[in-house]
Amino acid sequence: MVNFNRFTLSNGLKVLVHEDTTTPMAVLNILYDVGARDEEEGRTGFAHLFEHLMFGGSVNIPSYDEPLQRVGGENNAFTSNDITNYYITLPAANIETAFWLESDRMLSLAFSEKSLETQRNVVCEEFKQRYLNQPYGDVWLKLRPLAYQKHPYRWATIGQDLQQIAHAKMEDVKAFFKKHYNPQNAILVVGGNVNTQEVKQLAEKWFAPIAGGEKYTRNLPAEPEQLAERSLTVTADVPLNAIYIAFKMSARKDPDYQVFDLLSDILSQGQSSRLFNSLLKEQKLFSEINAYITSSLDEGLFVVDGKLVEGISMEIAEKAIWKELELIATELVNDDELTKVKNKSESIMVFSEMNLLDKAMNLAYYELLGDAAWLNVEINKYLDITAEQIRTVASNTFKKEKSSTLYYLANA
Amino acid sequence: MLNRTIAPAFRQVSDINFIQPSSKPLHNGIPVFILNAGEQELVRIEFIFENGNWDKNKPLQAVAVNGLINSGTSKLTAKQIADGVDYYGAFLQTEYSADFTTITLYTLTKHLALVLPILYSVLNESIFPERELEIYQQNQKQKLQVSLQKNDYLARKNFANAIFGNTAYGADINLSDYDELKQADLFAYFKAAYQPQNCTVVVAGKFLDKDFEILDNIFGGAWQNADGFVRNSFGFSGKDGQDIYIEKPEALQSAIRMGNLSINRAHVDFPALQVLNCVLGGYFGSRLMANIREDKGYTYGIGSGIASLKHAGYFFLATEVGANVCTNALKEIEKEITLLREETVADEELDLVKNYMLGSLLGSLENAFSHADKFKNIYFYGLDYSYYHNYVNTVKHITAQDLREMANRYLDWNAMTRVVVGKK
Repeated sequence: MVNFNRFTLSNGLKVLVHEDTTTPMAVLNILYDVGARDEEEGRTGFAHLFEHLMFGGSVNIPSYDEPLQRVGGENNAFTSNDITNYYITLPAANIETAFWLESDRMLSLAFSEKSLETQRNVVCEEFKQRYLNQPYGDVWLKLRPLAYQKHPYRWATIGQDLQQIAHAKMEDVKAFFKKHYNPQNAILVVGGNVNTQEVKQLAEKWFAPIAGGEKYTRNLPAEPEQLAERSLTVTADVPLNAIYIAFKMSARKDPDYQVFDLLSDILSQGQSSRLFNSLLKEQKLFSEINAYITSSLDEGLFVVDGKLVEGISMEIAEKAIWKELELIATELVNDDELTKVKNKSESIMVFSEMNLLDKAMNLAYYELLGDAAWLNVEINKYLDITAEQIRTVASNTFKKEKSSTLYYLANA
Repeated sequence: MLNRTIAPAFRQVSDINFIQPSSKPLHNGIPVFILNAGEQELVRIEFIFENGNWDKNKPLQAVAVNGLINSGTSKLTAKQIADGVDYYGAFLQTEYSADFTTITLYTLTKHLALVLPILYSVLNESIFPERELEIYQQNQKQKLQVSLQKNDYLARKNFANAIFGNTAYGADINLSDYDELKQADLFAYFKAAYQPQNCTVVVAGKFLDKDFEILDNIFGGAWQNADGFVRNSFGFSGKDGQDIYIEKPEALQSAIRMGNLSINRAHVDFPALQVLNCVLGGYFGSRLMANIREDKGYTYGIGSGIASLKHAGYFFLATEVGANVCTNALKEIEKEITLLREETVADEELDLVKNYMLGSLLGSLENAFSHADKFKNIYFYGLDYSYYHNYVNTVKHITAQDLREMANRYLDWNAMTRVVVGKK
């Protein structure tokens, strides 16, 4: 149970407070409702590049990191296809410093040319380090445009290529800030050794003077229903053949979302899971095998991927995956197997309550979904799932015509 | 009118409260340290075994035993072990490090009595089935094949081997080493290396007297010491700096890793050296980050650290930089190291680092698990909580002159082993 209080400032900024007196620390987490899906084709990777620029100084404060470190704080941020999330942890006694820093960069950035130039380079190096200079690093750069044809999920948060980042201009940066970084598009969560009254005063002092800005209305191209099987074969300088099969799955708020999550757990969570035991242990076809979901706000992906044991043909390996998928699409999972994945979900939920930052991030994310209170009833949605629901979802999902398969082959 | 150019007042962290564990042995003598704290009805139980019986001709046996320990016992198959643990929503993790092997159980406290017997079987009755070993060999070899294509992996591997040779800290593992694993060797190693005499149990979370009884009933009776465990002992002597260059003509980035033998946590200078390292490469605002990432844009990240091992300590610095700027990056790194030896750190920077480190320490004590981790950090080095008292004092009072002295004592570019994988 994650307790919270909630209020909204006159400029539209939503504020949630989670009081936890067991820690001497505080967290200030701010979620901006903007991600890579809000980018334009040809200017991809921008939401993430922008996240880097948010650390390049704001209108009244030349350095973001330095004053925070000086009061014993740390910070970081991440960008996904859906959201951009910034967080600070610091001794609770110094919480006002977090308000000061975070509100000033919501007010306006410094828009320094030097910062833009440096961060373009840094992000290009990040692109190389994580996507280009690693075996299998570019899988998602290939798989996304295969699985999506219209929706902006067809590019990864890092962007479609290095060139688009290298060409980002200051005017783009300014326009992006104006469009997305304002109180109406943000959710602020303050957690830890704080009290709601104090947070209210600090929020009024530092955030309320910021103009509400224009509300951004999202209007993304819908992904047409997939009607035919897709595949792509790439060869690269990697040691092992690999396969990635992506199926379309529900958006995060769809009632079936939790069913997909349990379905992936049955197939692939831990060493008692089906794919691990059947494909890796018994048939010895794969040295690694996984099933997971992308948890996207819009229509997401259910992915099965694996690296083949040397000498095993792709055809045999692929057939074996499909056999497992067909099995779960036709036969009901038994009670023990269902209880197992439910128990696992329950304990993961309890364990996540040990971490203050996790709690704050979760509150912000559920508030974005519609209501932070849903966080505390989420587990019930898992506990209510039946074997029939799992079979139905599996049989509607695991169809050839809904699949996109990437064959990632080792250079001969 | 709000003046946003003025920073709010702040306080340096003054009190840091460490929760110390209570301790009580099981009936067979295994020491148990209990950090009973937290709101959630869950517990983490770690069985930590000091590694022994190192054999440089069988460098993988300790790792493989750890990796295969939950793959079948005389009573349970691998699947039954996994099912039994997963059914109760518990997690069983095995972890090998050069000094210790840890088997960790995470569970809701209410299921303790149901999952601990599985863990007992794993720690006492594992048999390392031939079939499981074959799968392990094949799949680990495939994983290693992938790792060997990663520049940062190659840099780490070559660096460790250059510093530590063929000991548990530096063994140069190759694909063929997996072929040498034999079931009989693994079983013999298991019998020698998983005994009450080299085991410590650390418990964190919700854990009451009745839970201790459950633990003692299962692990404190039949499990007795036998012969065969031999403590590891390694000694190292620092060599002069050497350059190791592994050329990868297609590389977009070069992995750099450098460093040298240094001191570990048990040494009196360790806290002071931590402060120095923080200035150089220990946090986001460090000199290496400020120069090589934030000013030059050569890399996504660069950092340094002091690693503390049981029989050694070492300084390391690591990054991945654009292949075309590798030589420049190396020059800048050398410059930053030399600067710390020649000039004192400005007061403003030192104050910031002090405050940052104290805040960071406070923030690292988040829950029962992290308090237990702090205990392990001292216990296994023969230290007590005065270490943390001394650490906090050192951070608060160290001077710029002290730091320059530390730099001259412990940081020397010419004495470092420098590994570059990629292009120069």
